[in-house]
Amino acid sequence: MSPHKHPPSLFRPQALPNRSVLTENKKLIDTVSRRNVLRGTLSLGALTLLSGCDVTEEAPVQSFLRTVSAWNDRVQGVLFRPDHLAPTFSPAQVVKPPRFNAYYPIEEVKPVDGATWQLELAGRIANKQPWTAQQIYQLPEQELIIRHICVEGWDYIGQWSGPNLKNFLQRIGADLAAKYVYFHCNDDFTESIDMAAALHPQTILATKYAGDIITDPFGFPLRLRTSTKLGYKNAKWIRAIEVSNTFTETFWSKQGENWFAGI
Amino acid sequence: MHPPPVRAMHWINAVAIFIMIGSGWKIYNDDVILGFLHVPDFLTIGKWAQHGLQWHFFGMWIFVLNGLAYLSYGIASGRFRHKLFPISPRELLKTIGDALRFRLAHDDLTHYNAVQKIMYLGVMAVGVLIVISGLSLWKPVQFSELADLFGNFQTIRVVHFLCMAAIVAFILVHVTLALLVPRSLVAMLTGGPVVSPDGGPAAGAKARAAG
Repeated sequence: MSPHKHPPSLFRPQALPNRSVLTENKKLIDTVSRRNVLRGTLSLGALTLLSGCDVTEEAPVQSFLRTVSAWNDRVQGVLFRPDHLAPTFSPAQVVKPPRFNAYYPIEEVKPVDGATWQLELAGRIANKQPWTAQQIYQLPEQELIIRHICVEGWDYIGQWSGPNLKNFLQRIGADLAAKYVYFHCNDDFTESIDMAAALHPQTILATKYAGDIITDPFGFPLRLRTSTKLGYKNAKWIRAIEVSNTFTETFWSKQGENWFAGI
Repeated sequence: MHPPPVRAMHWINAVAIFIMIGSGWKIYNDDVILGFLHVPDFLTIGKWAQHGLQWHFFGMWIFVLNGLAYLSYGIASGRFRHKLFPISPRELLKTIGDALRFRLAHDDLTHYNAVQKIMYLGVMAVGVLIVISGLSLWKPVQFSELADLFGNFQTIRVVHFLCMAAIVAFILVHVTLALLVPRSLVAMLTGGPVVSPDGGPAAGAKARAAG
């Protein structure tokens, strides 16, 4: 092969386009300036850098990621060990007060009036008679000194006490074979957990922290504390408990957080 | 020198690592370990932290399944044994000396020098550790036996973070060297030089993979 003769490029078109296209679109072509093309290329380059953030919220991408998240829910359900206990700690390790977390800052907490508050019951429950705070305080208490793990990455040891949720569900005649337990809260917040987690021995309806009645920012008068879920599943300021077989997206799952959120 | 399964798994891993690191940085930014270190947003994947988590818990499947396939293949085919062992301390010192004097020989791509062997083995060990620490972070209660190996929850986060840092350091060296010796990059795309039949057991591994 002669060194000076190059074979035709693979990328060169076999036939040239009809040149009349150039005259027909003369006006458009005149507006194409090198400066604008360069500027356009720059923005295109910048867009590829940003694509990591932008592409996530595109409907098909988000739909795919949520399908994976739902698959991960099922995997977590299989991994869940109903009788396996989370590590517990000594009273000396307890952080006081607990760390505040909600979807708004602590100043915006709207305290619940414990005198008029009632716990409502709904769904697959035989005895839907509401409960006052005083009635709940009279139930047998269970104390848990467990680690609270936030999805953000921080954690602390907390000392919670109140009635065991499984005992409470049995007492009110809830359908323990149902799939979900929903917690509807005073701050328009709803979270739900799977029945297996609700029946776990370390899942309680907490009324006290470190031996004292829970204060307003931490869920007075009633909140959920379970050792097997991330922090955001532990609903505070509960106003109603509902047992159901129907899955409804919850406050955080609507935002794209994982629903099962098991730890 | 790189049979098709190795090339496929290498590039699948590259995509998985890209997703895991980008989304991991997004998750990290939500509650930083080092107060002065926030990853710039344009380097992260996902709009908000929950999207970073969505990507991370998608990417983990690719990374873990592909990683298991790669390790099984490397062990079963004998590729690891023949390409990464033995490592002689004398060769290691010589390679380091050559590298410092910019006299590193790379005319034979099919033969890894002692530093390469240690880097590849090391990054595989870090890959295993990042998965173990990741599982411990994801399921500190269900896998409490695993989590207990590390001590408290924040220690697991630091281990996971340091593994990431080690992998990023590896990638910087790995990509820089691949670009300096472009033939090695081409080899990971096309398979590279054919190992002659008398080139030892590595050739046998290739033949088996091709068959």
